[in-house]
Amino acid sequence: MNTPAPRLTTSAMIASIAEEGQATRKAPFGQALADLADGRTDIVGLSADLAKYTDMHIFRDRHPDRFFQMGMAEQVLLGAAAGMAEEGLVPFASTYSVFATRRAYDFLALDIAEPNLNVNIVGALPGLTTGYGPSHQATEDIAILRGIPGLVIIDPCDAVDIEQAVPAMVAHPGPTYLRLLRGAVPVVLDEYDYTFEMGKAKLLRDGGDVLFISSGLMTMRALEAARRLEADRINVAVLHSPTIKPLDLATIATEVAKGRPVVVLENHSIVGGLTEAIASGLALRKTPVPLHSISLPDAFLDAGALPTLHDRYGLSVTKVMERVKGILA
Amino acid sequence: MGILSEPSQNATTDLLQLTSVSDELEAEIRQVATRIRRRVLKMGEVQGQGYVGQGLGFADALAVVYGYAARSRTGQPEWDGRDRVLLSIGHYAIALYAALAEVGYVAEDDLETYGMDDSRLPMSGMASYTPGMEISGGSLGHGLGIGVGIGLAFRTQRKDNRIFALVSDGELNEGSTWEAAAAAAHHRLGNLVAVVDMNGLQADGPTRDVLGMGPVDAKWRAFGWDVHHVDGNNIRALLEAFSALPAADSDRPTVILCDTVVGKGVPFLESRERNHFMRIDQHEWALANIALAEGSQV
Ligand SMILES: [Mg+2]
Repeated sequence: MNTPAPRLTTSAMIASIAEEGQATRKAPFGQALADLADGRTDIVGLSADLAKYTDMHIFRDRHPDRFFQMGMAEQVLLGAAAGMAEEGLVPFASTYSVFATRRAYDFLALDIAEPNLNVNIVGALPGLTTGYGPSHQATEDIAILRGIPGLVIIDPCDAVDIEQAVPAMVAHPGPTYLRLLRGAVPVVLDEYDYTFEMGKAKLLRDGGDVLFISSGLMTMRALEAARRLEADRINVAVLHSPTIKPLDLATIATEVAKGRPVVVLENHSIVGGLTEAIASGLALRKTPVPLHSISLPDAFLDAGALPTLHDRYGLSVTKVMERVKGILA
Repeated sequence: MGILSEPSQNATTDLLQLTSVSDELEAEIRQVATRIRRRVLKMGEVQGQGYVGQGLGFADALAVVYGYAARSRTGQPEWDGRDRVLLSIGHYAIALYAALAEVGYVAEDDLETYGMDDSRLPMSGMASYTPGMEISGGSLGHGLGIGVGIGLAFRTQRKDNRIFALVSDGELNEGSTWEAAAAAAHHRLGNLVAVVDMNGLQADGPTRDVLGMGPVDAKWRAFGWDVHHVDGNNIRALLEAFSALPAADSDRPTVILCDTVVGKGVPFLESRERNHFMRIDQHEWALANIALAEGSQV
């Protein structure tokens, strides 16, 4: 008789950032881009063998003549996008964030950003949104890109943010980078008096005990944590800053000046992301403040199921609440 | 050899229909090349240095591109109907400025400011500085990929302009060059022409020592390009290759591999030790001009 070895349980395929039962919309980026391109013949799409995985397939199927498959070749993906923009087209080039930033940096910097071209780079799997490990986890993409002059960096919270960011990216004459949330993307911001404006941070809710400043999916976590903390009579203000660069330091400074403890929440390494951008920005305005940061460690992260990893690295709603209680204790 | 035989593996041109090049055209382009060389020497003398060797070596190809192959309007660098000439090899700017003077994008007087502070003619070519400099080269391996994007844009916009991407044999080391080569063939960009300066030299020494790329013709051919391999300092051979280019709406990109001699046109520089950054002493500029004038009279 041989007893079977105990099986390791895995839920590594759980890759959704949506909470159980949360409202979602399917492929909001692809839908928004395809819709916009119905009336704009200058919009083109490119991908590097990841159209299906960056929601670009929606655009591809609706506008096949304006979609260009570049193969698994990120350097020519960005170089060719630059060439198209030189000739007046408005390209959206999609791949994973790790490849757009780490692999094709020189092409982003010199072909696209230096001539200030209207090329829009769409990077999926930003920060910790996959359990595949460091090869796919773009935990330092913002750190890599913040140094590029003139590049707008957008970290949207949900489907609403993405849908509103896409036309803003087309309208903006220079280059942009979007940290894409793909697939079934939560719908959160429709419950707030909110519209996306490039370069603007927006106060989603006010509260006298703590100020959250957040971007990306961490705004979703911030809002949920704030809601649940009401039960503990902790009133949390949430300032959402979907544009990382240029950062809305004026609004941030105004909110910070009110004197509440400040917690910055970001789906990115503690190095070179929103936390450091706020810290240095306020210090250089001669109004430095102590900051708490809920962010990823300066480390290559584990593989595994996303909920497990978000818990492990402190990004889950429960961990955010624990952290706030600790700060206030 | 039967009519069904494959062309010889040693053939240096693909599907080349030799168009007869008139003696008049050849003579005219030869004069263009001489003027480009003269300007290169002038700019080199102003700076006391520069990529003079490369400029002299590539002058004949540039003369054919600007004097014959590329559609342009004198003095109108923004004319929409122009063919796009992309200088991937930014350090060849000295030669490109000399060619841009030929089409009136750059004034002859401007050439004297080459490489000076606040000049429109920086040492490495940059689009925002110079009329007619379509892209900023310098980081090698970028030009062909940008050319792919422009080629796709022209096809989307139903334009018949061509793109001439000027690249070097050293740039064939860059993986991005081959990403672009694959993309151009896959997307059937007959409007894209790569012109490769095969001077056998790169920054650290001869290309065969730095990173031998083996049979370059076969590589391009295997990537799906039509290949012409010519003596890049022979005006007639260059004209024949460029005159055989397919229509812009054809479905295969073309590469013209140009074997060139660094310092060509000035014999004492041709025979100088081959160096990426050619050293020329102060008293030699006048001698170089004399040598060039003697050679171009023949
Ligand atoms: Mg070379």
